[in-house]
Amino acid sequence: MPQHSRAQPSGGAPPLTPPQVAASMDPSSQSAPPTGDDPAAAADPELPRLTVTQVEQMKVEARVGDIYRALFGAAPNTKSIMLELWRDEHIEYLTRGLRHLGPAFHVLDANRPWLCYWMVHPLALLDEALDDDLENDIIDFLARCQDKDGGYSGGPGQLPHLATTYAAVNTLVTIGSERALSSINRDNLYKFMLRMKDISGAFRMHDGGEIDVRASYTAISVASLVNILDVELAKGVGDYIASCQTYEGGIAGEPYAEAHGGYTFCGLAALILLNEAEKVDLPSLIGWVAFRQGVECGFQGRNNKLVDGCYSFWQGAAIALTQKLITIVDKQLKSSYFCKRPSGEDACSTSSYGCTAKKFSSAVDYAKFGFDFIQQSNQIGPLFHNIALQQYILLCSQVLEGGLRDKPGKNRDHYHSCYCLSGLSVSQYSAMTDADSCPLPQHVLGPYSNLLEPIHPLYNVVLDKYHTAYEFFSKE
Amino acid sequence: MEHAKSGPSSWPELADVVPVPQDDGPSPVVPIAYRDDFREVMDYFRALYFTGERSPRALRLTTEAIELNPGNYTVWHFRRLILEALDFDLLEEMKFVGKIAECNPKNYQIWHHKRWLAEKLGPDIANNEHEFTMKILAIDAKNYHAWSHRQWVLQALGGWETELEYCNQLLKEDVFNNSAWNQRYFVITRSPLLGGLTVVRDSEVDYTIEAILANPQNESPWRYLKGLYKGENNLLVDDERISGVCFKVLKNDWTCVFALSFLLDLLCTGLQPSDELKSTLEPIRSSHPETADADPVTVVCCILQKCDPLRVNYWSWFKATLSQVS
Repeated sequence: MPQHSRAQPSGGAPPLTPPQVAASMDPSSQSAPPTGDDPAAAADPELPRLTVTQVEQMKVEARVGDIYRALFGAAPNTKSIMLELWRDEHIEYLTRGLRHLGPAFHVLDANRPWLCYWMVHPLALLDEALDDDLENDIIDFLARCQDKDGGYSGGPGQLPHLATTYAAVNTLVTIGSERALSSINRDNLYKFMLRMKDISGAFRMHDGGEIDVRASYTAISVASLVNILDVELAKGVGDYIASCQTYEGGIAGEPYAEAHGGYTFCGLAALILLNEAEKVDLPSLIGWVAFRQGVECGFQGRNNKLVDGCYSFWQGAAIALTQKLITIVDKQLKSSYFCKRPSGEDACSTSSYGCTAKKFSSAVDYAKFGFDFIQQSNQIGPLFHNIALQQYILLCSQVLEGGLRDKPGKNRDHYHSCYCLSGLSVSQYSAMTDADSCPLPQHVLGPYSNLLEPIHPLYNVVLDKYHTAYEFFSKE
Repeated sequence: MEHAKSGPSSWPELADVVPVPQDDGPSPVVPIAYRDDFREVMDYFRALYFTGERSPRALRLTTEAIELNPGNYTVWHFRRLILEALDFDLLEEMKFVGKIAECNPKNYQIWHHKRWLAEKLGPDIANNEHEFTMKILAIDAKNYHAWSHRQWVLQALGGWETELEYCNQLLKEDVFNNSAWNQRYFVITRSPLLGGLTVVRDSEVDYTIEAILANPQNESPWRYLKGLYKGENNLLVDDERISGVCFKVLKNDWTCVFALSFLLDLLCTGLQPSDELKSTLEPIRSSHPETADADPVTVVCCILQKCDPLRVNYWSWFKATLSQVS
């Protein structure tokens, strides 16, 4: 747990004291050009020219630093108010979007199931129930997005797409009613996924669409969740994802591309759902994700890029998943550090949860991997700074008028509202041994009422809703 | 872009077409308040899409739809079917999509369309694609789609000759550009012209060490250095330049987290005790009396827990794990 220099009011202490934060951002120690327009125009010609990366980073650190300094200078009562999650405002913003979106949203006209999920899921995290009418209307709308041959598209009459399928299914699972769950045509969905399967083992996003790690995750996540995942869908996916792990340790969208937080989550989650987590170098992955949390307290998506609230989930959940994979991690560490054998030798081919040999029959109960994972206790505490992450989300991502954003200076949007809150949930529950245990006050930054509902981190749906769906689909 | 005056409803070629409204149902959710021009174009698009018409007028409609919402992958997909059916001039098409891409450089569909076209056009289009990605990267040197496309073109259509030099140039402009480091790794490991990693490793180590010494707080070259010895940890430990750069950086600043972390890696992989190691750890031990008699791994772990407070959980776990597995 983080070391604190002074006693704090309930809700845990913000980890970075002002001198630490200020030191890295002290303008007098940098030759920052006043406008930041021209990195080459250093104030002092003897100091090295700052690069674009450095200038952009300094601007963000300065803004975030101002916010944190205001917090640290505040009295305990004010601190508590500043660290409050503005539930009512977020609920208002999210609920409004479900019934009305302005003309500027035409750029998301092919992403409407995503819009549903980006609102319905965070509302569920906030434990806000929807009207029956609204729920039924969402079910009806998504039914209109369901293609007659399987899968869900971005809107009525559009081509089915794996990402919008993921969003639609997750939305229906979050609604959780019998009507919602039975509206999914699983047989056709399976056929659609099989059509999207490429000979490499990976998946295309849509007919003739792009292949990448996102497609693998969205396919595997949905298939697992509605219990249609089998050997035919699973084969080759794990190896494809493993080929996307880079020299940095993170996972890229395609082989040889740059390690990236979004794809790292997608890759790792998919592997776990396939019971093939050992296919990637987990110590290397953990080491990469751990270093993506910066002085701003939030996560960046890639090395030397800027912090962004949405990575609170992509990176936060990725590293939180590893808390249940420590058996494999230890094995891999031992193999790479203390054995003088060439590292090409795979010492870790056993599966994750104490199962012995991997079954190669088509009778593998893939959906159970997702279930067993969440039933398993965390073997260790969080490997990231869970309180610092909450600090970033509460102080830098929240927008006063409701909704959450990438970073100060950016506008709120539903996507960031969804993923900032998902990341908040992950960090609140990360220190507990079991997925549904109630976090202790010291694990929740700000008032205890900030506590959100727990999620199933492999699918990113609220845990209760996952259990309802698991029971429903295991009968099918 | 105003279309209402000259929208599809006014096109003579579409006079026989009955527009198809979107079926959002009686009680819509996430309803978008479409502007009239948008609604009109999409109603006509639906009409032709549902009948599967592959004609010049259908192509023209997809152009309108794409300009209004380049994220509509259904429109792009239908456009590809039309282009094939009409045996359309794909070079013209590449020019068209290039213009759209410049205004929407982070759109998946556009880059996928370019890849589809490039695959059909073959090696002759390689130069054009490299020029294009270079243009995009000049505006945003880390655009993920641009880098992916560039890598795909290199692997599928060639153009490797100048790529390492391009990486050099980008790193000269911004040595913190992690995408450029990643591309460098791609080039040295995958270029058919360089002979593979083992051939260039030596010079790459020197290049990377120089970059580290110039900016020890830049994480990119540290990770790159580790990557140069991926899968060959024993060689990593044996290369004295590697431990050398750690010692050099730490002599100057023993709180440098990347240097400490790298040293820890080396120690775990079998770096042998030496006078240099001892003298490097000396200022650390004297500032932290509790580590006076501890082994090097423990000393480094302890100092990391203090110097890198954001990762205190990670270093605590790592330290505990090392004492268990060793």
